[in-house]
Amino acid sequence: MVENDRWGTLFAHIILILGVAVVVFPVYVALVASTHEGGTFLRGVMPLLPGSHGWENYSTVIIEGRSNAGAPPIGGMLWNSFVMAMAIAIGKIAISLLSAFAIVYFRFPFRIFFFWVIFVTLMLPVEVRIVPTFEVVAQLNMLNTYAGLSIPLIASATATFLFRQFFMTVPEEMLEAARVDGAGPMKFFKDILMPLSITNIAAMFVIMFIYGWNQYLWPLLITTDDSYYTIVMGIQRMVTGGDSEPLWHLVMATVVLAALPPILVILFMQRLFVKGLTETEK
Amino acid sequence: MQTKRMTFNSRWLPYALLAPQVIITLVFFVWPASQALWQSMLRQDPFGLRTTFVWFQNFERLFEDSHYLASMKTTLIFSVSTTLLSMSVALLFAVMVNRMIRSQNAYSTFLVWPYAVAPAIAGVLWWFIFNPSVGILPYILEGFGYDWNHRLDAGDAMILVVVAAAWKQISYNFLFFLAGLHSIPQSLVEAAAIDGASRTKRFWTIIFPLLSPTTFFLMVVNVVYAMFDTFGVIHATTEGGPAQATNILVYKVYRDGFVGNNLGSSAAQSVILMVIVIALTVVQFRWIERRVNY
Repeated sequence: MVENDRWGTLFAHIILILGVAVVVFPVYVALVASTHEGGTFLRGVMPLLPGSHGWENYSTVIIEGRSNAGAPPIGGMLWNSFVMAMAIAIGKIAISLLSAFAIVYFRFPFRIFFFWVIFVTLMLPVEVRIVPTFEVVAQLNMLNTYAGLSIPLIASATATFLFRQFFMTVPEEMLEAARVDGAGPMKFFKDILMPLSITNIAAMFVIMFIYGWNQYLWPLLITTDDSYYTIVMGIQRMVTGGDSEPLWHLVMATVVLAALPPILVILFMQRLFVKGLTETEK
Repeated sequence: MQTKRMTFNSRWLPYALLAPQVIITLVFFVWPASQALWQSMLRQDPFGLRTTFVWFQNFERLFEDSHYLASMKTTLIFSVSTTLLSMSVALLFAVMVNRMIRSQNAYSTFLVWPYAVAPAIAGVLWWFIFNPSVGILPYILEGFGYDWNHRLDAGDAMILVVVAAAWKQISYNFLFFLAGLHSIPQSLVEAAAIDGASRTKRFWTIIFPLLSPTTFFLMVVNVVYAMFDTFGVIHATTEGGPAQATNILVYKVYRDGFVGNNLGSSAAQSVILMVIVIALTVVQFRWIERRVNY
């Protein structure tokens, strides 16, 4: 600190506490709403203190669902989201590691060309090319499958760049030593490169898990069978699926369950998360 | 582009290693994109029986279509407001947190987690808070004599989606601003303080200019986010309404393609969006090259 400025610091604390309150407020409201019974919301504005029906509401959404509005129990949806997020995170990391390894440790014709093919994916978000991508997936018979949910989202230029960047910083001597000892390329990759990249892999995993879990438009398009719904898109069905006002207490219980896993991932792996976020953007 | 000085020799192995990624990219990225290009020059009759090649007519029609132009304007307002709101709030938080010594990590933890909330969920949360019958904010606003209704009022609906989209993005901007602030040499700030510059003056003449690379980078990222990743916010809440007031370009592509079944026009819109993304990516990468010696 340059100067001692007590009032300034106090002022900063006040701003930050208000800021944290604003940032936390929507989730607090959701938590509170998910512990009241349905009737509360018919009587006017929602209360700001927790009610006593939390257990009931959560068990309703997880096990029974809302059969009258066509929303299945969300236990299954949570599982689908988990499978999709894991498949996307692991898939992205696996193919990016392999291709970064090829680009850094081999010289071969068309290397630059392949690099550009991978780079293109950066420029084409799913949202931009949904109709033709949907058609491709439909032709491959991948609608309503886990493969259809995850594979089209697996290619990732950012992960490839991150690993390329990291491999470039690995000392040349590692490779020389490995070759003197007679290690082939895959042995070098498995026994030397992988252990060295483990923090980068973990950081990438955190970011990609969140990315996969939060996918919305893609599962919305390619799942028509409700046993493949993911939770983030399932909420939309709950909100607009009914004929009158949504059943707020159940919707909010679902919202909390949908937001919780990625939030926990961030809170428990904050350091890895920050590393992953700031390094992929370089 | 570099490799290592010493490399492995193999005729087939590098291709095998690249194959999974390249195949997925070709099948799910390059092929659909070229399909979009091709379809953008076709027109189907309403029954889908006949398709004719019409060159650039779909594009010409789009630029004469008042709905499309209105959607462009909506997108512009939406992305500029979202970017400004989330970046200025994040910068304020980052500057304040940067003053703290012991409490820095605690505050950061509280400000960082909304990154994990999906845009669609952020939309539903704020939609609930702003709900005219049960929401808490309309109740407070009513006390001030303002009748909030985002189902009827275009301005209210726009505020709703901007707040939801910006809220989720604050944590991302906050982290990058904080990292930017940490990298500013403390000696410069101290020198200015010795010369008698006030805190405000130091911020605007030293800290803010030195943050400009971060600010510029975040501007590009936020515009991309607001234009493309906010589909969920719109779809889960206003669905483009009332009366097209929040119908941003990405949402319109989806609506015209899947609901309206107007494939030629939707493909043409996709192509325009791709051009925008490519332009933004190029801007972003040129900036990265310059940043090395700023």
